[in-house]
Amino acid sequence: MPEARVIPIEGRDGGDATPRRGRRTERCEAIGADGQRCKSKAVAEGLCGAHLEEQERAAVHAAAPDWERKLAGAMAFVRRRVTGDYPIDDFGFDPDLTENVLLAGIRPLYDKYFRVEARGLDNIPNEGGALVVANHSGTIPIDALMTQLAIYDHHPAHRHLRMLGADLVFKSPVIAPLARKTGSTLACNEDAERMLTGGELAGVWPEGFKGIGKPFSERYRLQRFGRGGFVSAALRAGVPIIPCSIVGAEEIYPIVGNVKVLARLLGLPYLPVTPFFPLLGPLGLLPLPSKWIIEFGEPIPTDSLGPGSADDPMLVFNLTDQVREVIQQTLYKLLLARRSVFF
Amino acid sequence: MTKSRVVLITGVSRYLGGRLASMLSADSSIERLIGVDVVPPRQDVGRTEFVRADIRNPIIAKVIASAHVDTVVHMSVIATPFGAGGRTAMKEINVIGTMQLLAACQKAPSLQKLVVRSTTAVYGSSSRDPALFTEGMEPRVQFRTGYGKDSTEVEGYVRGLGRRRPDVDVTLLRFANFIGPRIDTPLTRYFSLPVVPRVFGFDPRVQFVHEDDGVEVLRRSVIEEHRGTFNVAGSGVLLLSQAIRRAGRPALQIPSPAVSAVGSLFRRAGLVDFSPEQMQFLTFGRGVDVTRLEQDFGYQPAFTTLEAFDDFVTGRGLTRYIDPERVAGIEQRVLAQVERRRPVNA
Repeated sequence: MPEARVIPIEGRDGGDATPRRGRRTERCEAIGADGQRCKSKAVAEGLCGAHLEEQERAAVHAAAPDWERKLAGAMAFVRRRVTGDYPIDDFGFDPDLTENVLLAGIRPLYDKYFRVEARGLDNIPNEGGALVVANHSGTIPIDALMTQLAIYDHHPAHRHLRMLGADLVFKSPVIAPLARKTGSTLACNEDAERMLTGGELAGVWPEGFKGIGKPFSERYRLQRFGRGGFVSAALRAGVPIIPCSIVGAEEIYPIVGNVKVLARLLGLPYLPVTPFFPLLGPLGLLPLPSKWIIEFGEPIPTDSLGPGSADDPMLVFNLTDQVREVIQQTLYKLLLARRSVFF
Repeated sequence: MTKSRVVLITGVSRYLGGRLASMLSADSSIERLIGVDVVPPRQDVGRTEFVRADIRNPIIAKVIASAHVDTVVHMSVIATPFGAGGRTAMKEINVIGTMQLLAACQKAPSLQKLVVRSTTAVYGSSSRDPALFTEGMEPRVQFRTGYGKDSTEVEGYVRGLGRRRPDVDVTLLRFANFIGPRIDTPLTRYFSLPVVPRVFGFDPRVQFVHEDDGVEVLRRSVIEEHRGTFNVAGSGVLLLSQAIRRAGRPALQIPSPAVSAVGSLFRRAGLVDFSPEQMQFLTFGRGVDVTRLEQDFGYQPAFTTLEAFDDFVTGRGLTRYIDPERVAGIEQRVLAQVERRRPVNA
């Protein structure tokens, strides 16, 4: 039965199918999904058989208890996944999967485990391109996921942060498709520009492996910011740069050693040794429950500089330094105000 | 620039060449249509005069000169060593054939236009690729063998002709993978397998061009003037897993160490051609930017990638083992059951 597909699961469109009371007509009064009035003959309440049934079902759905509605939602999700009925953007971003499964999966980590506090979210525009630039730490890039969730959950526009990831991410099996499905793409100039000019909110961690794999003794000390490629991408697209400082991620896996030989053998940028890993085995993989603060700073506008400025290396260097300095100063400020690592 | 009068099509006995020939036959502005191939065409090619010849043969130069051909459509670059009789023969046909044809073209004073069918395989396929390739971008990998390498070489010779004969309008069309209800390609055979194998841990983005759109772009390149290189693909991308689901097929994930073994097994069984290049494509995928096609060329493909794929599934009459209607039916039955069991108190 093809009409069955247009039934609003949540029952929110039920109003459309409600006939005007006290008036009896020969024709059905329901308005279909195409905006056209139903042409069938009315049987009762000014509705045809099919629409009457549909209305009743919508009413039942509206009255359904919460868990039933959740079940209906979950089943609709499973149906979409099984039949491949979901949209994918050019970068391979799968919002259906990201919102319903992947982000939901890390939400407990965000709310309960790291108790992340997001500040300055109003510095992120509600629409249009912008580039979030953040410090990188924590051995594995959980900080990027937490930043993505902070913006999706707590920003009024619920925007998706589209991350620009390292080569290694897109080379690794299992991780590569997950990264694309959650909205990441390769950190190259072409993709960064395409995202920013396309009006997306992109995120970049310019320290890369130097930042995320640095020893614990160097915590909260920013590494070199790549070659400033992110700045030229923002300049070319004329979008603001939003500095972002993340406190707490440094302490989740304190790196005290690095098995360089083994890392090179495995083709990894580093192989960390923490006080608990590999000493405690799999248990050592549990991150320490530090308390996190993610602060978004004031946007640095670039549109007044013009797209040609991306070809001025001095300007790019200066702007890169400026962003780096803002993040570093904010980190120091946040660290001073922090009561303890875990609370 | 005068309009095309005498058109020569190479590769006319293959699906796309034949369809282009029959479409151009209906165009009264074209005086003569000459189709060249090594085997006679099996489908209707309208009023096309068929010349049985190999483009590696000097006959081709005589045909071009004596018929005063002004437009050459080169479509006989083959994608798989399957029908050609091995990789050596494939390379011979693709590269040496193109060189001979272009040599003949260069010598022909009547020639005004050259339309070449190329492929987006020239961009390669790797983990370091940008999300979408534009026409000006280079591949991120070095080709060692295969369709991509042949096509890159063919494009090089075509550009060479363009430099030496600036009076000739050269249109280079880079087509994404063709799909549709009638065309037969390694990918259509792949998606028709009862269980579709894919590389474990990777889910590439794939992009298609519908056969109707492909032929229409070729037709417009012949009758209109479009100098330059254009990517031709339906807008948007599909994930391979999603495409397999839309075809209603179960997927089988094969770990990458076993991939080449399974690939050659399939190849030997004559099921599907899994060349190393194809495997690379099925691991990392590829997407191209079609802005230039839509804006400069002025053609909006009738089918997006997703619509083209759906048209292939329904038009081919593929049995969807996982039927969407049945899945929706199960969903509704379960929800109806739940409703029925709800205690009446509200």
